[in-house]
Amino acid sequence: MGELRHLINITDLSVKELDHLMTVADDIIAHPEKYQDACAHKKLATLFFEPSTRTRLSFTAAMMELGGNVLGFASADTSSSKKGESVSDTIIMAGCYADIIAMRHPKEGAPVVGAVKSSVPIINAGDGGHFHPTQTLTDLMTIHRKKGEIGNFTVGLCGDLKYGRTVHSLIEALLRYKGIKYYLIAPEELRLPGYIREMLDEAGVEWHEVESLDEAIPELDILYMTRIQQERFPSWEEYEKLKDSFILTRAMLKPAKEDMIIMHPLPRVNEIDVDVDDDPRACYFYQALMGKYIRMALILYLLGIK
Amino acid sequence: MNIDGINTGYVLDHIKAGKGFELYHLLGLDKADCTVAIIQRASSAKYGMKDIIKIDADIPLDYDLIGYIDTNITVNVVKDRKLVKKVRPAPPEILTDVIECRNPRCITSVERGIPQKFRLIDKEARSYRCVYCDTLYRENK
Ligand SMILES: [Zn+2]
Repeated sequence: MGELRHLINITDLSVKELDHLMTVADDIIAHPEKYQDACAHKKLATLFFEPSTRTRLSFTAAMMELGGNVLGFASADTSSSKKGESVSDTIIMAGCYADIIAMRHPKEGAPVVGAVKSSVPIINAGDGGHFHPTQTLTDLMTIHRKKGEIGNFTVGLCGDLKYGRTVHSLIEALLRYKGIKYYLIAPEELRLPGYIREMLDEAGVEWHEVESLDEAIPELDILYMTRIQQERFPSWEEYEKLKDSFILTRAMLKPAKEDMIIMHPLPRVNEIDVDVDDDPRACYFYQALMGKYIRMALILYLLGIK
Repeated sequence: MNIDGINTGYVLDHIKAGKGFELYHLLGLDKADCTVAIIQRASSAKYGMKDIIKIDADIPLDYDLIGYIDTNITVNVVKDRKLVKKVRPAPPEILTDVIECRNPRCITSVERGIPQKFRLIDKEARSYRCVYCDTLYRENK
């Protein structure tokens, strides 16, 4: 592999590259022993300027299963950035010790700054409310495994569609595939931003906006749940009034298709009742597992390891 | 175009009336070591009123900045009292260190020593996105 590649946004990867990553991840799942030393003597630096235990664990597990090592920091408190070191300097320094970097930063665009000076590949592990491409990779991998293909299904996206970057990135990624219908399930206050609705229109796909889960559930092949934060609402009363329309309970699953899958980027608060967890359609923990495999494939790809 | 008084330099014509002084500062002409004249609210057949800036020296001129400010501005290049070139600068593909990102969550709000960069999204609307955080800037007002 010649040119240094980074992953800042999901659209940095072509559909062909996404296919490749999912094929490799499938192979890792089928033959884990083939990959157990693939990254021997390689180091991943996890530079987490803001804490995210889940994402960091996933990257760490991924590198360890490839036989590589992991170093880094878990929050700005324990890093030099507290002393005022710039992102750029931290990245240059880390490039002296590691072969690849996964960075998370509270400021939007921080990995773009990092990539300018980096001598090793950078993976954006979340930059504020902006991008989180490995979450989207995780979502795509889950759909690929559970549905056999990415395309020809109806997906319902529920919750905070206004601020939820996970949903925005997922839509952006799915728009490159064919035969997908969208149900956008959100209260008026948290509906999808205009520019993404425009993207849906421009792509000429079928999409519907509804204001309760019940309306959409019977139609769906995939239900993607996200959290609604109380502070997004003008008052507690309004939150209380609306929240139940966007909380998934086992009873609500009655009219759902047998093979519908329920996804959630985690952490979950109360938007999915725990009694849904035992339903075979629930696959949010499976999703976390897929997150590890697709990150393994990504690390191999960016390091140019076959 | 009246290029009187200019030996070698530029006449910036068709500046939106009232914007001449702002452009003068943006182009750093207040610090230029040469004769500069601003003509405000000159009558124009095309626009009713316009501002004009005359610069009597061939100092380096930021065409990107001019194209970003207003696509109607014409730059007349003068050499030895003769008009040698007329340029209408287009909005640049990448706008560097002209505008600042207003998004408080953008990395540019904390990282030192990085340029403010914007990528042109729509030529007609002259809209730009911050290359770091993707915040949209429509029209430059
Ligand atoms: Zn910005």
